[in-house]
Amino acid sequence: MTIASLIATPSELTDATSSKTAIVLMTRVRLARNLSGKSFPGWAEKAERAAVLGACREAVSAAPQMKRALSVSIDELTELERMILVERHLISRELSGSKGGAGVMISKDQAFSVMINEEDHLRIQVLRSGFQLKKAWNAINDLDSDLEERLDYAFSPTLGYLTACPTNLGTGMRASAMMHLPALVISNQMEKVVRAVNQLGMVVRGLFGEGSDASGSIFQISNQTTLGESEEEIIKRLGSVLDSIIEHEVNARAKLLEADSNKLFDKIGRAYGILQNSHLLSSSEAMNLLSLLRLGVDLHVFPDTARSLIDRLLIEAQPGHLQHVQKGEIEPTQRDLLRATRLRAEFANVGGPTFTINGQN
Amino acid sequence: MANPLKCDVCEKPATVHLTQIVNNKVHKVDLCEECAQAKGVTDPSGFSLADLLLKASLNPETGASGVSCEQCGFTQNDFKKHGRFGCPACYDSFKGMLDPMLDNMHKGTAHTGKVPSRALERKSLYDRLNKLELNLNDAVKAENYEEAARCRDEINQVKQSVGQTHAR
Ligand SMILES: [Zn+2]
Ligand SMILES: [Zn+2]
Repeated sequence: MTIASLIATPSELTDATSSKTAIVLMTRVRLARNLSGKSFPGWAEKAERAAVLGACREAVSAAPQMKRALSVSIDELTELERMILVERHLISRELSGSKGGAGVMISKDQAFSVMINEEDHLRIQVLRSGFQLKKAWNAINDLDSDLEERLDYAFSPTLGYLTACPTNLGTGMRASAMMHLPALVISNQMEKVVRAVNQLGMVVRGLFGEGSDASGSIFQISNQTTLGESEEEIIKRLGSVLDSIIEHEVNARAKLLEADSNKLFDKIGRAYGILQNSHLLSSSEAMNLLSLLRLGVDLHVFPDTARSLIDRLLIEAQPGHLQHVQKGEIEPTQRDLLRATRLRAEFANVGGPTFTINGQN
Repeated sequence: MANPLKCDVCEKPATVHLTQIVNNKVHKVDLCEECAQAKGVTDPSGFSLADLLLKASLNPETGASGVSCEQCGFTQNDFKKHGRFGCPACYDSFKGMLDPMLDNMHKGTAHTGKVPSRALERKSLYDRLNKLELNLNDAVKAENYEEAARCRDEINQVKQSVGQTHAR
């Protein structure tokens, strides 16, 4: 597969159709692995990095999951191509900025990606749309077991998988879910949630923009610790934290509707109006508007079919994807024009909202 | 600890003091105004304590700092600078510094998760093979042909098992 054909195929992360899982947009499980006897990428000489890249590529390409996968070096990608891969969560920002000797392999369905010579020799991850923690863990566990047949992992019976940073030691696993939490944000409960989740040993991050500028009300929740618990235990604990966040979001939505449904419907209606008519949209404003429309779908203001369009646009309205369509880099102000034009066109055919409190229409 | 608390990141006087309970352990982080801002501590959408804890646990007088990793030449100072190790063997080389740090950072200090059993099995076969080949050399040198023949047989057996672990 080539990078061009990969980019031309929409990301698989856009079909969280059932409304029960709509709050969780995507699940991801990532494993950090290193080869024994080799310096970690950040400390390795150029020649050693190249040797590791070669050995990992050979081992990964033999895995059935990676049949006809895309395999590229980071330095052969254009800046724009790298941006697109970051926006699709297929490579990290860190890898995208790396110099020589780093590569990525991405399965044809864009579910698996293997970063080589990021912070660790191997960062293997799987993405699944919706709330599928266990399935994602099983999928990445299988790929990892397959790779282990051909690669000698750095492993200690007492410390587990040895990683460049001790914060990843042990299982080397980071499991995460991307959650859409607009009602918790609107009702100012996010800070409370973040604190509670932190105390349970999980980390919350805003997805678009760091910190409080978490536009789109999309957050990533992941495990903080990797040593002292099995993978299954971490997955189970994270799963129950996610369940309870979902419950809080659902309750917050009910409360907002109960307290003042007009206020909430006004926000959603205005978002629809702006998306259909605006001529300049910044990335963060677009995320916020799309987020409100997504909430609208969950509340049956818009038909269920609109959700996959919105989820696709949450990715495609980002700078890399936007510029790719235009075949080249564009000034930020031009981007805002382009983004608005694109969204106007996409929403021209989306039917108007239907506002009913009990959600039946 | 001495009273005027220093920032865990840059050692300026700390004005922001955080206490969090992670995994039933109390973690304290002290930061100056700037570092608190830079780390996003004041943000409602969260920040990673892990990096802070890592740095915080490094400040104390943890062992001699002249130690370096035999395998890769990494030193304890390199670790303080980068927050990353040089190679897998560093975990042995810097064990003294590591243990208190892990206790602070993780849920436990011992791995209880997945084990790469096939890779370990392969490794033990290779180790066995190396040992047998050494024995064989010794036996040949000593003109102990009976022992040499026995070694050869066993080497062939082990090689077959190695082939099998690959074919699986
Ligand atoms: Zn400071
Ligand atoms: Zn080392």
